[in-house]
Amino acid sequence: MSATRELSYAEAIREAMDMALGEDERVVLMGEDIGVYGGAFQVSGDLVDKYGEERVIDTPISELGGAGVAVGAAMTGLRPIFEFQFADFAALAMEQIVNQAAKVRYMLGGSVSVPVVMRFPAGSGTGAAAQHSQSIEAWLGHVPGLKVVQPSTPEDAKGLLLAALDDPDPVMIFEHKVLYKMKGPVPEGRYTTPIGRAAIRRAGADVTVVATSLMVHKALSAAETLAAEDIDVEVIDLRTIRPMDRETVLESVRKTGRLVCVYEGVKTLGVGAEVSAMVAESDAFDFLDAPIVRLGGAECPIPYNPELEKAAVPQIPDIVEATRDIVRGRV
Amino acid sequence: MDVETVTANAPFAIRAYSPEALRHALKKMYLIRKFEEGAEECYTRGLIHGTMHLCIGQEASSVGTCLPLADDDRITSTHRGHGHCIGKGADVAQMFAEFFGKESGYCRGRGGSMHIADPSKGNLGANGIVAGGIPIAVGAALSAKRLGTGEVVVCFFGDGANNEGAFHESLNMAAIWSLPVVFVCENNGYGMSTSTRRATAVESIATRAASYAMPGVSVDGNDVSAVAEAVHEATERARRGDGPSLIESMTYRWRGHSKSDRNRYRTKEEIAEWQARDPIPRFAEVLVEHGIVTEEEVAALDADTDREIAEAIASARTGPDPDVGELLRDVYTEVTA
Repeated sequence: MSATRELSYAEAIREAMDMALGEDERVVLMGEDIGVYGGAFQVSGDLVDKYGEERVIDTPISELGGAGVAVGAAMTGLRPIFEFQFADFAALAMEQIVNQAAKVRYMLGGSVSVPVVMRFPAGSGTGAAAQHSQSIEAWLGHVPGLKVVQPSTPEDAKGLLLAALDDPDPVMIFEHKVLYKMKGPVPEGRYTTPIGRAAIRRAGADVTVVATSLMVHKALSAAETLAAEDIDVEVIDLRTIRPMDRETVLESVRKTGRLVCVYEGVKTLGVGAEVSAMVAESDAFDFLDAPIVRLGGAECPIPYNPELEKAAVPQIPDIVEATRDIVRGRV
Repeated sequence: MDVETVTANAPFAIRAYSPEALRHALKKMYLIRKFEEGAEECYTRGLIHGTMHLCIGQEASSVGTCLPLADDDRITSTHRGHGHCIGKGADVAQMFAEFFGKESGYCRGRGGSMHIADPSKGNLGANGIVAGGIPIAVGAALSAKRLGTGEVVVCFFGDGANNEGAFHESLNMAAIWSLPVVFVCENNGYGMSTSTRRATAVESIATRAASYAMPGVSVDGNDVSAVAEAVHEATERARRGDGPSLIESMTYRWRGHSKSDRNRYRTKEEIAEWQARDPIPRFAEVLVEHGIVTEEEVAALDADTDREIAEAIASARTGPDPDVGELLRDVYTEVTA
C-alpha cells in the first residue's frame, strides 16, 4: 500500500469524498449546511469551493424529502452521498430509508438498484443530550437490503466510504462524532476497506472483546490495563454490522473461549445481542468457558449532565471490570 | 364550416397528436378498463391473492398524462397504478403474470400489484407508501438535470398524498432547484374513506402550488385532451429549464379503495353521477366527431381489447412460479467479479 500520513477521521472522510467527486461526475453530496458552512462537523469543509453548489448541494431542512431525493437520484444514474446532520434526524427519513432504499431492488424484482450512500454522525459524548446523541445503527441493521458500517479509524473511514460508493446497494455509514477529530495513519490514494469484514485490532488469547466504533478504542485501552494483570485480550472491531463478519468472531471465540460485546447503542436488542446469538447458535458455543457478557447503552435516553451522560454508555473501567470478571470466573 | 376552422376549434389533443397516436390512446383506455375488470374477476375467482387498488373511471387521467411523454421520460406511480403502467407502455400479460406471482411477472412475483415497474419504459415503479414516490421523482429529476438527459419526470400521486410531509418537502426542493418534474395529483375525491373536503384545508389542491412558486392548474381528469394539454404545457416548461408544475386531475374511482371497501362513505347517486361521465366513450366520441375513428372501429377496438386481455390472462397463468430457493435473490445486487 502507498505511503500514509496522519489525518483526522473527518479529514479522511473528506479526502474520500474529494476523490470520489474528482473521479466520477455522477457523485454528488447532499445534506443540510454541507456547502459554505462546511457541514455541522466540518466534514465536507471547503468541498463546495472546489466542486460548486451543483454537486455539493445544501438541502433545505427536509430530512424525509432530502433522503428521498437521494434515493431517486441513485435509482436514475447519480451517486449521491447524503449526510444527515445528526443520526437522530434520520428518524424523520425512515420511510425513504426503510421502505424505499432498502426494498426497491427486491420488490421490483431486481430491475433497479439503489446505489445511495448515507452518512450518520452518531453517538454520545458531546453534551448534546437525547435528540443529538443516539446510536441508532441497530435500527437499520435490522433491515434487509441495507448495508450498515461503523468505521472506527480514519483509515477505515476513508476506505469504507470509497467501498460504499463502489457498492451497487444502499450503504449506511455511522460515524461517531467523538472520532471526527481523532488522528490516525491514512494511506494516500485510492483504496477500499471491504464491507462485511471485521478487523482484529489486538490479538489475544484469554478473552474476545467484540466492539464497534468508539468502543473499539475504549476496548483497546481496557486491554492495555488488563495486560498489566496478565489478561490477554483480543479486540475485534466489527466495522460492519450488516452483513456481519461471522467467521472472524467465531474463530476468535473458539480460540479464547470467552466473549464480551461492547457497543454504544441501547443494550437490549442491540448489536451485541446479535453477536451473542451468532456465537450461541454456532459450534463456537462449545468452546465457551463462561457466559457471554454484553456492555451496551443504558435503557434510557442520553442525558445532558456530563456525569449522567458518561454513565449512560460503557466506559473503559466498565470494560476492564467486565472483562476481568469473565476471565477470573466471576460471571 | 371549413376544415381549418374545425381544426382551430378542435380540442388540444386533436390538434397536437397524430391520428395514430390518438387511436393508440383510446386503445390504452380500453386496455386499462378491461385490464382492471379482468384483474377484479381473477381476484373474485381466487386466482390472485393479496389486495389491489383499481383505477376504473380514472383512465383519462393516466392516458392523458402519458400522451405528451416520450419513451425516455420517466414516471413514478402509486398503489393505484395499473393505469399509469399501461399508459407508459407496460405489457398487460407481464402485469397479469406479476399479479399471479409468477417469475415471468414484472417483479418476478416479488412485488405484486403495488410495485410494478418497467424501467425500460421509464416507469420507476408504483409505490405502496402514500407519497413515497414523490421525493423519488424529484431525485430522478435531479439526475435528469445533472446528467443533461433532457428527460422530464412525471410524478403521479393521489389527493391523500397532498397532506403528507413528503409532498410539501418535495415540491419545495423541486422549485428551489428548478427541476424538470411535473406533479400530477389525481384527485379522486377520497383518500380511502376520507374525503378530500374533510382532509384538506384548501378547496383546490392545485392552489398549493402557490406555496412553492410554481404553476398549479386543476383540470377535468376525465377529459383526455384537457389532461394532455396541461401536462404538455408543464413538460414544455420543464424542458425549457423553467422548473416544476402541479396539475390536479379531478377524477373518480368507481370501485372501492381496495378489496375490503364496503363503500359506506359515499352514495350510490354520487357513483352513478360519475359513471355517467365515463371518460372512455367521451374520448371515443371526440375522436369520432373529428373523423379520427369510425364508430365501427371503436367497436372493433373494444372487442379486440377483450380478446387481448383474455389471452394475456391465459398466457400469464401458465408462467413459471418463482423458485423458493431464490427467496433471497435481489435483496442485494449480485456483484459479478
